[in-house]
Parts: sequence; structure tokens; C-alpha cells
Amino acid sequence: MTAPEVTSARTGERLKPSRFSLKDLLGEATAGVLARPARAILTALGTVLGVAALVSTMGLAKTAGNQIVTRFDELSATDVKVTPNRGTLPFDSENRLTRLNGVRAAGTVTEVDVKGALTSSVPLNDPLGINELPITVQALSPGAFGAVRASLRTGRFFDASQDDLQVAVLGPGAATDLRVNRVDQQPAIFIGDQTFVVIGILKDVERRSELLDAILIPNGVAKALYGTAGASSVQIDTDVGAARLIGRQAPIALAPNNPKRLAVEVPPQNEVVKTQVEGDVNALFLLLGGVSLLIGALGIANVTLVSVLERVGEIGLRRAVGAARRHIAAQFLLESTMLGFFGGLIGTTLAVITIVAVAKAKSWVPVLDPWLPLAAPFAGALIGLVSGVYPSWRPASVEPIAALRSGL
Amino acid sequence: MSVAEAPASVVSLRQVGRTFDGDPPVEALRSVDLEIRRGEYVSIVGPSGSGKSTLLNVLGLLDRPTHGTYELDGFDVGSLSDAERTAVRGQRIGFVFQAFHLLPHRTVLENVMLSLLYNRTPSADRKERAEQALDRVGLSHRLEFAPTTLSGGERQRVAIARALVMRPAILLGDEPTGNLDSVTTRSILELFDELQAEGLTLILITHDLDVSGRAHRVVTMTDGVLSDPMAAVR
Ligand SMILES: Nc1ncnc2c1ncn2[C@@H]1O[C@H](COP(=O)(O)OP(=O)(O)OP(=O)(O)O)[C@@H](O)[C@H]1O
Ligand SMILES: [Mg+2]
Repeated sequence: MTAPEVTSARTGERLKPSRFSLKDLLGEATAGVLARPARAILTALGTVLGVAALVSTMGLAKTAGNQIVTRFDELSATDVKVTPNRGTLPFDSENRLTRLNGVRAAGTVTEVDVKGALTSSVPLNDPLGINELPITVQALSPGAFGAVRASLRTGRFFDASQDDLQVAVLGPGAATDLRVNRVDQQPAIFIGDQTFVVIGILKDVERRSELLDAILIPNGVAKALYGTAGASSVQIDTDVGAARLIGRQAPIALAPNNPKRLAVEVPPQNEVVKTQVEGDVNALFLLLGGVSLLIGALGIANVTLVSVLERVGEIGLRRAVGAARRHIAAQFLLESTMLGFFGGLIGTTLAVITIVAVAKAKSWVPVLDPWLPLAAPFAGALIGLVSGVYPSWRPASVEPIAALRSGL
Repeated sequence: MSVAEAPASVVSLRQVGRTFDGDPPVEALRSVDLEIRRGEYVSIVGPSGSGKSTLLNVLGLLDRPTHGTYELDGFDVGSLSDAERTAVRGQRIGFVFQAFHLLPHRTVLENVMLSLLYNRTPSADRKERAEQALDRVGLSHRLEFAPTTLSGGERQRVAIARALVMRPAILLGDEPTGNLDSVTTRSILELFDELQAEGLTLILITHDLDVSGRAHRVVTMTDGVLSDPMAAVR
């Protein structure tokens, strides 16, 4: 790119080509940016906003995604289910498990074989049978309500003292089917020829959703009326992070002689769920950030072009004192790159503040990839560089007199 | 080019023409021949639109002639590429313009140092040389001023210092006193006299009789044609 030396035909003297050292280039570009600080800030504003939008959306997506993941993990990390490979579990499993350190609640859940008995909420003499429905019946030990994280719409759960009483708690689905809405009048339901008093209606369960459509009765009654010999599953709610430990200890507590007889379900870590959620959120936000960044780049290109046209006189003067075209272009290019860099720096600072503020407001843990704020100023510089190419080269290509004539 | 006079010439134009494209095209210079020796003080006069500025821009390598040959200080500049002409311009030619052309956001000293930025002057020497040049034009007390705070005469002195600091082979002025009052004009002209006495080659365009009166030689442009009363003598 450097021109060859020029030799004087008369004296034989040689002239070296013009030079613009890196240090001088930096000095002139800095002076050029600082000469009009307000203009510089306005030029960089697009990049500031674009980078701020991009970094904060990526950071917020990550933070929010992390939050969703934490919820998933919190639930799954506390959920242990034990089922026998054959036979049944003892009805007193609850007592054996609640002794273990790390168990918050435990209880048996057993589907009761009612031998085809239908259920209704009106007395038996119903010749047409239109109000009789096949509804599942589940026998629970009292601790099971806590273990499935059940909540009540009305009434109460049964406790250990009611184990032999014919009381029932209805899942919301079953309550709707039987048209039972309130329990203050102690409504009765009829399973085959057996009468049960409804003492509570569930609102929801976080685990074992099959309970939502079932009639829940105590273990003792199930054994007495339907001959249910033992429990078919045990549900445990553990302290956060204790699921795997309890998963190892529970079979030994329940069947010390033959723990292998029992199957333990500890849901796997939700890695897949985690990346999926993050990916979805990121794609959307990245698109938004990218669009704002493009607008930022157009902003720099536009203002650089305007300011280059404004400084044609300066360009002419620099050409007159020996600046080559590429020296002019390099200076303007560096100026726009510097503006992009500082725009990116300010933008990423704003973004980090935004992320922390939002996370604090939502009491989330702010999460940000460490490379992101480090890379952002360089992304800004790249934007400045790319958007400065055309405006920088344009005026450098005119004859110096044309530039000078436009005045200074 | 005759062998006898070539060694002394710093500027040598042969049949130089400059035609601006347009409808109709403008022949701003027609077959101009001009020899200027080292240390001469030449004034270019002529009516408005006669091509004086066009001639000076060609001399200063700010513009390219459309015909003819031009030798500056022995360099055949007509045959050079843009980058080579830039090198010659930056190391051999000083300009003083009617409109001063100072960078408003830089100090007086920085404006003068601009002339040394591209011509390989070591950065350590630039400040001292710029200070010397400003001292030469009597502005040592204004080094850190912004050009916008200076009077017209002071601004033109800064521009002259900027032209001098790179030790040009020729100093070109396009109506350098055109924006100045008569008292200021006289002080600038006295400065030019001194510089010329020190050996500088000066080529100035002027409308001012006072200026042309001080020059050793006055050439006249009329309609793109240069008439040089001395040419016949030589
Ligand atoms: N870039 C250009 N394009 C077209 N025509 C031009 C251009 N520059 C100069 N001219 C024309 O060339 C002619 C000579 O112009 P020039 O500027 O050299 O005159 P001048 O003698 O300096 O006049 P003045 O005394 O008014 O400054 C004019 O007719 C002008 O219109
Ligand atoms: Mg003119």
C-alpha cells in the first residue's frame, strides 16, 4: 500500500512517501472524537442502546431461565416414590420413614379394589342408577397428604385417629362428579352399600395427579371393608437436595431384610428441560437485541457520514499538508470504531445494572455469562468499524482541492 | 527544457492546460509556460475568473493539469501517482489560504504541528519546530489559544507558521491578505518580505497593488492565458 520513493531527476534526491504512525493516528482520532463531545455521544447512542438491549435481554433470559430451572429442580429434588416389585408395603411405612433425617412428609397411596362398586351422593334407592358413577378409591395414610403436597379447597384431611372411621376426602374431579361442594353439613356419599362422610375437598396436588379424580379414604377402613392387605406405593417429600439420599435409605427402612424387593423412583435431573427453556427465551430476546443492534449500526453509519461531510474542509487541509487517502480513511474509521467501542462499553454497563435491578425486584439470582460484558465493547467496536467503512472512504477519494474548496 | 536555466528553476511549467468538464467545458488554463527560480517573489494578478486560483492549485499539487508538464524542485510531478504527489506536497509545498483553514477545535500549536504529522518528522521534534515557527511569526504568546479566539491577522500568522514549519521549497498564497484590513495586511506583507529575504520562494495571488508592488515579478492571468513580461528578457 505504501507508495514507492520519488526521485528528483535533477538532484537525484529521494522523497519518502507520507507516513501516519499508529501513535499519531490514535492521537488524531481521539482528538477528532473529543472535539465534539455531544456529537460523539449522539453518534454512539444507537450502539449504547443496541448493546444494552442485547446484553440485558441475554442476561435476563439467562436469569429468568435459571429461575424456571430452579423451580423445576426444587420440585424434582424433593420427590421420591417407592413401589414394591411384588407384594405390598406395610401400612405403617409412614412411621418408619418420618424417622429418617431429610424426610419432610411420607405416606402410603394405594388404589383400593372396590370390586366394581359404584358411587353416588344420594341414598341407595335410585332405581335408574343415573347418579351412580365408577370413581376410583384410593387409600391414604394421613402423611400422604403432605407428601403429595395436597392443598384443601374446604374441610380438612383425615388424621391417624380417624383411621377406622368411614370418612372421605374428595379430589376436585370427584367432587364435581358427585356434586359435592361443601362439607359443613357433613354430606354423605355411598360406595356400593357403604356410607362415607365427606370431611374435605382438595384444591390441588403437586404430585400424584391421579388423586384429583379419586375418593380418598383411610387405610384402616380400606383394609376392613375391602380387604386391602398393604400399600401399593409410598410417596415421600424430602428436604431440598435430599431426594437421592432418601432414595437409597427408604428401601432399607421399609424392607430391611430384602430392600431389593422395592423399586425407587427419583426423577432425573432436568437438564433437558433447562436447556430447552433457556433456548426458547434466548431466541426471542436475541432477535430483539439483534434488531436494536442493527439500528445502532445504521445510526453510527449515518452520523459518521454526516460528520465526514461536515469535515470535508479538514480533510482537504490534511491532504494539503501531506495526508494520503488511506491516512484520512484510517482516521475516520478509527474514530467510528472508538465510538462503537465506548458505545458498547456504556451499553453493557447499563445492561448489567438493568439485569441486577430486575433480578433484585423479582428476588431472582442475577445470572450472566462472564464473557458477555467483556465481549460487548468489542462487538460495539466491530459495529463502528463496519458502519464506518463506507463513510470513511468516500471523502478520501476526492481531489484535495475539491475538499478544500468546501471550506473550513 | 533548456540545460542553461533548468538548475535554477524550482517551478517549471510547460504548456500546462486545465479544462474543467462541463457544458460547455471551461478552459481555466491555456498553454501556460512559467519558470520560477529559487528565492523569487512572484505575484499573480488578473481579473476575477481569469484562472489564478486554478494555476496556484496546479502549482500546489492540489489539482492535476489536463495537459502539459510540471517539474517541481526537479520532480516530474505530472507523471506521479496520487500517493507520490501527496508525498511531494507534504514535504515541499506550504499553503496559505485566504480563509486561513485552521482546525477550530485544536490549539494554535497543534494547528502548526499538523504540517509535520504526515511527513516523517519525529514526534519528539515537532513541538519545538512548531514553537520556533510561531516565534518566527511573532505568536509565541498564543501557543495554547484556540484559533477562534484570535484576530484575523493572528490567524493568518498561524497559517503562515503552519506553512513554514515544514520548510517548503515554495510557499503558495491565494489572496492571503484578502480577509484582512490594511494595517494587518501591511504587517503580514512585511513578514513575507522578511521570509523572502531569508531565501524562501514565494508565489502569491493578489488583487492588492500594495502586495504586487513588493513582489520582484508580477505575472498576469487573462482568460486562462499567462503573460509574463520577464519571459522575453530571459
Ligand atoms: N471545479 C471547477 N469546475 C468547473 N469550473 C471551474 C472549477 N474551478 C474553477 N472553475 C472555473 O475556472 C475559471 C477560473 O477560476 P479561478 O478560480 O481560477 O479564477 P480566479 O482567477 O481565481 O478568480 P478570483 O479572482 O475570483 O478568485 C472560472 O471561470 C471558474 O468558473
Ligand atoms: Mg481565486
